[in-house]
Amino acid sequence: METLVQTLEQPTAAKTEDRKVAFICSKGNLDMAYPALVMGWAALGNGIDVTIFFTFWGMDMINKARVDHLEIPPIGNASMKMNMMGVPGYIGIPQFMGGLPGMTPFATSLMNKKMAALGVPTVREYLEMLVDAGAKLYACKMSVDMFGLKKEDFIPGVIDIVTAGDFMDMTEGSQIIFI
Amino acid sequence: MATRTIAGKTVQVNDEGFMLNPNEWTKEIALEIAREEGLATLTDAHWKVIDFCRQNGMTTGKAPTLRTITTGAGVPTKELFSLFPKGPAKKVARIAGLGKPEGCV
Repeated sequence: METLVQTLEQPTAAKTEDRKVAFICSKGNLDMAYPALVMGWAALGNGIDVTIFFTFWGMDMINKARVDHLEIPPIGNASMKMNMMGVPGYIGIPQFMGGLPGMTPFATSLMNKKMAALGVPTVREYLEMLVDAGAKLYACKMSVDMFGLKKEDFIPGVIDIVTAGDFMDMTEGSQIIFI
Repeated sequence: MATRTIAGKTVQVNDEGFMLNPNEWTKEIALEIAREEGLATLTDAHWKVIDFCRQNGMTTGKAPTLRTITTGAGVPTKELFSLFPKGPAKKVARIAGLGKPEGCV
């Protein structure tokens, strides 16, 4: 039995040892900030090398001035139902209501509260955890130029501003996940 | 159900090598599993994490997540990852004789 367990364990450990995952974060909405953070954290916990490349709106996640103010707009989101607010069933939020002033902050604060209740850290804290655990963060050169940003605009932990070609070089052999 | 002998004691394990009954765990077992995981010795800093996991695991019935360990045991993320390099989540749970950690944070 002992040998059985050992033979089962070894290939798993060996596979994890050199596995690499790279995430491309292209979205700046609150709900789209979390997938890479959750999966990246899980990967690091399992001994997988993690690189995250922030491009376009995804750069809000690492922009010091924006990271604490990410939002989720109810408009155009067909999956957001009233049950988030405690209304039973799957009743939709009429689109014209989603456009009313205050609806985006309202939905955002609701989501933030739900996440906090589950013990999920904020985006800023999550990124700190990832960096401390060894994740490498990079900003996209073209987006940085387009938005007129500088390295000082980013949270600590962002290693560099790199081109798409650099990203391709540094993620050789990685599994790439585009978000 | 598989069993295996660790540090002279026969314990129940699942096919991923996690112990099934945390009550069968001993400190000697922890040391031996740690060696299998590439940790030659366990320092006081390691034991602080393991003791916390044992306590938390015996109360909740499951292995704590990394976030539970860093906040609960007061061990910073950086330190946790340097104490148990290359995948602390499973390593810690295995050494502490608990199942695979459940939960995403």
